[in-house]
Amino acid sequence: MTVHEQFAEDLAMYALDALEGDAKVSLEKHLDECASCRRDLEQLRGDAALLALSTAGPRPPARAKARLIDSIAKEPRAQQARQRLPWLAILGWTAAAAMLVLVIGVSRQNRRLSSTVAELSGMVERERVSGEEAKRVAEVLHAKDAAPFEILPVSMKTRMPSGKAVYSRDRSGLVFVASDLHPLPAQKAYELWLIPMKGAPIPAGMFKPDARGTAMVMNPPLPQGVEAKAFAITVEPEQGSAAPTSPIMMMSTGG
Amino acid sequence: MSTAAQNPGLNDGGLISAVRAGDQAAMAQLYDRYSQVVYAVAMRVLRDTAAAEDVLQEVFMQLWRNPAAFDSSRGNLAPWLAVIARNRAVDVLRKRRPQDDISEVTLAVLPDMAGDADRAQVAEKVRSVLKDMPPPQRSALEMAYFEGYSHSEIAQKTGEPLGTVKTRIRTGLMLLRRAVEAT
Repeated sequence: MTVHEQFAEDLAMYALDALEGDAKVSLEKHLDECASCRRDLEQLRGDAALLALSTAGPRPPARAKARLIDSIAKEPRAQQARQRLPWLAILGWTAAAAMLVLVIGVSRQNRRLSSTVAELSGMVERERVSGEEAKRVAEVLHAKDAAPFEILPVSMKTRMPSGKAVYSRDRSGLVFVASDLHPLPAQKAYELWLIPMKGAPIPAGMFKPDARGTAMVMNPPLPQGVEAKAFAITVEPEQGSAAPTSPIMMMSTGG
Repeated sequence: MSTAAQNPGLNDGGLISAVRAGDQAAMAQLYDRYSQVVYAVAMRVLRDTAAAEDVLQEVFMQLWRNPAAFDSSRGNLAPWLAVIARNRAVDVLRKRRPQDDISEVTLAVLPDMAGDADRAQVAEKVRSVLKDMPPPQRSALEMAYFEGYSHSEIAQKTGEPLGTVKTRIRTGLMLLRRAVEAT
């Protein structure tokens, strides 16, 4: 029995939120380190969602809609933003500023990418990313061991896609931004890989470029304390792969 | 005039974008599309109209407050809202504080269920699989998912060994997956 088979049944229980006790603690520890099981868990949660969708019943009474409309009218978006502004904004802008300063410092030759980072950082604030996440980004970028990885295409093109990964082993944190990425066919996505000093590549996030070819991955789930030799990018099925299934198209030049 | 009011045929992604901008009409449209799904799940778990209405209100208010929590690249809105409704309803049933933030609810991509007909077809298929399941297996799945029982509670209530309960639940989920993949 492999370690994954050992957890297979517990994963199903966990997907239904029905696992408890030592089994739950043990599984959560394994999930922290196993991208393959994390993917299985998402799949099982999708299966469980089918149960929720199988329910049928009448429409809710009209008063329920009136109640909702009344509530959202009392909680308009602008007012909400103002109420949340003080500490969320500070954290968001701290993360954005830290990201901008660091990336400009390590990537003078790539102004386009820095501009993308600034834009994406602003987007982070606008989207009111949770304070905790913003704080974690700032921690990664300020970490003593934070190292930039310049990622370039294996085969050089005239208009080159480029990416930058900032990784902290101590915090198992990773921030990745890319620009000028080529569009992908349907049902395909880029997958970022952490190449450890020893062992197989570790999935480090799926991403698809937007209309301008930019993309970002922030703090994907990664195992603890892995020393990175490099980062690489492949094209994979959009649900992700546990190991690369296509040639590496972009790879970092080192940390 | 709001974006949603100008474009009554907006898809879910368009409506979510409008909600992000504070468009109340877009929120009303999303409610019209999915309130029945959310209410049905809440009723299935709670079997009480007032409590189900509270969950319905809470789910849509969470969406209003944090529309960015829904990632349209990961699938359709209906299953995501249904899962949030189930989770919150079970929290209410078990008299516990909300266990997760809606932004933490992530599902693998399910078959496309953007349209009512697609969703109805999948739901019918799942109901059919559940109906054909051995009763102890269906019961174990329902006790875990709709009644919020833990694996040891299910084993205790059914008198079955813990391992049997776990196996039944995993194979039950696999049956659902295969049936929908074959749809």
